[in-house]
Amino acid sequence: MSTIQKIQAEIIEDFELFDDWMQKYEYLIDLGKELAPIKEKYKTKDNLIKGCQSRVWLHAEHTQGKIIFTADSDAIMTKGIVAILINVLSNQEPKDIATAKLDFINEIGLKEQLSATRANGLVSMIKKMKLYAIAFNN
Amino acid sequence: MLDINQIRKQFPILSRKVNGHELVYFDNGATTQKPNSVITAESNYYQNENSNVHRGVHFLSGLATDKFEETRITIQNFINAKHSHEIIFTKGTTDSINIVASGYRSLLNKGDEIIISELEHHSNIVPWQMCCEQSGATLKVIPLLDNGTLDITEFGNLLSKNTKLVAISHISNTLGTINPIEKIIKKAKAVGAKVLIDGAQAASHISINMQNLDADFYCFSAHKLYGPTGVGVLYGKEDLLNELPAYQGGGEMIKEVSFKKTTYAGLPHKFEAGTPNIAGVVAFKAAINFITGLGINNIAKYEEGLLQYATEEVLKIEGLKIYGTAKNKSAIISFNIKGLHPYDIGMIVDKMGVAIRTGHHCTQPIMDKFNIPGTARISLAVYNTKDEIDICINAIKKAKMMLS
Repeated sequence: MSTIQKIQAEIIEDFELFDDWMQKYEYLIDLGKELAPIKEKYKTKDNLIKGCQSRVWLHAEHTQGKIIFTADSDAIMTKGIVAILINVLSNQEPKDIATAKLDFINEIGLKEQLSATRANGLVSMIKKMKLYAIAFNN
Repeated sequence: MLDINQIRKQFPILSRKVNGHELVYFDNGATTQKPNSVITAESNYYQNENSNVHRGVHFLSGLATDKFEETRITIQNFINAKHSHEIIFTKGTTDSINIVASGYRSLLNKGDEIIISELEHHSNIVPWQMCCEQSGATLKVIPLLDNGTLDITEFGNLLSKNTKLVAISHISNTLGTINPIEKIIKKAKAVGAKVLIDGAQAASHISINMQNLDADFYCFSAHKLYGPTGVGVLYGKEDLLNELPAYQGGGEMIKEVSFKKTTYAGLPHKFEAGTPNIAGVVAFKAAINFITGLGINNIAKYEEGLLQYATEEVLKIEGLKIYGTAKNKSAIISFNIKGLHPYDIGMIVDKMGVAIRTGHHCTQPIMDKFNIPGTARISLAVYNTKDEIDICINAIKKAKMMLS
């Protein structure tokens, strides 16, 4: 099992512990609060992700063969979702990120809780992370 | 006095559950729910009356045409228009504004000016920007004051003999402000400008009277008036609609077609090319009857009471700020809570069955003015109750607790 898959499996396990939406949301809020801050200078217009109702900034750095993602959002629950994505994809090799299958989104019931427009934001975010990976891989 | 319980029973959707809770629907500014009479009228049309309008010689075509035209008369009476052919059926308010703005592209020239305001919905901004791009006219904007009302003194300064058109909303969809359109129309008329009123947020809440108001164009949507989606009204004064170039070509809007020259039909058909949303228009009549049955002034009075109660109660939440505090206000409350993003609040209250709207509400210039990313918005209708306001406020408090 690759690292990305292993992390996903752990996240799915975490979410299985929750009985209701409130615990899930509280967990997301906590993850959002704990997310390592992005450097202010990276909160640029270019780093803004389109398709989100709240603003999301994503920055990527390629060091020692791995990509380090940092991000921020002005909405805390969005930030929680972003935190999970970073947990899964950051500090991984570009080719693994580019080819990663992200099953956890459906498994933890996140997608069904996000309306179409919000899910679009999630899709845009994943797309952007993968595009960075493809760019750094070349 | 309105019997709200009786009214609620007419709206089947209000008894459904959302996320395991009784639905509290506070997104009426986006669209209202529909009473049984409207739902029945629409389905009855397809079951018993369906045919294409205006063209056929057979029984059903005549019946469908009669039903369709009955709604036109109903609307004429509802807004006290002088003639029924001054009522054009459209897809909705946005469509209505576009018909006028598109027509004015060829009626305006360089040096002419259009005035809008800072609190307009994008639908009453973008069509005018497009009109200006094509005609060479200039767009001027009435600024917004901190309390969410328009700077009428500045409006006076913007007006000149170059002003050809003033396009203003009757009620702000984001702030709830009821604009002093009587005053605006009078001032605009004094310099010879025409006036279009975007009445999308007004028609279901306050009485509108075209012959008293003297607006040149007035636009609204059926779906914000307890009626079906996809139907709207463009009211225009007869001579101005005659002068306005046709918007779309097609069936019904022509008098004679040949490859040399086509001549257009008279009003209202000139602006109703193609087969319209007949079922929607037919059901729209039931929606108007619902409103007139209750009495628009009774609705206004009841909603005023709800707004007052909701305003007092939300202000008890610490750190909550209301955007739009005009004295003359419709049942809309836009707010933010210090340190919280409106999106987070909306997501959490939704889980408790409460439907509110979050975001910029298609009014980005208002967000820029207040320097905020968006607001959470409560917008009320005649079927809402004080009990629902209590549920909503408890849900907001819970969201605040979870997020802080």
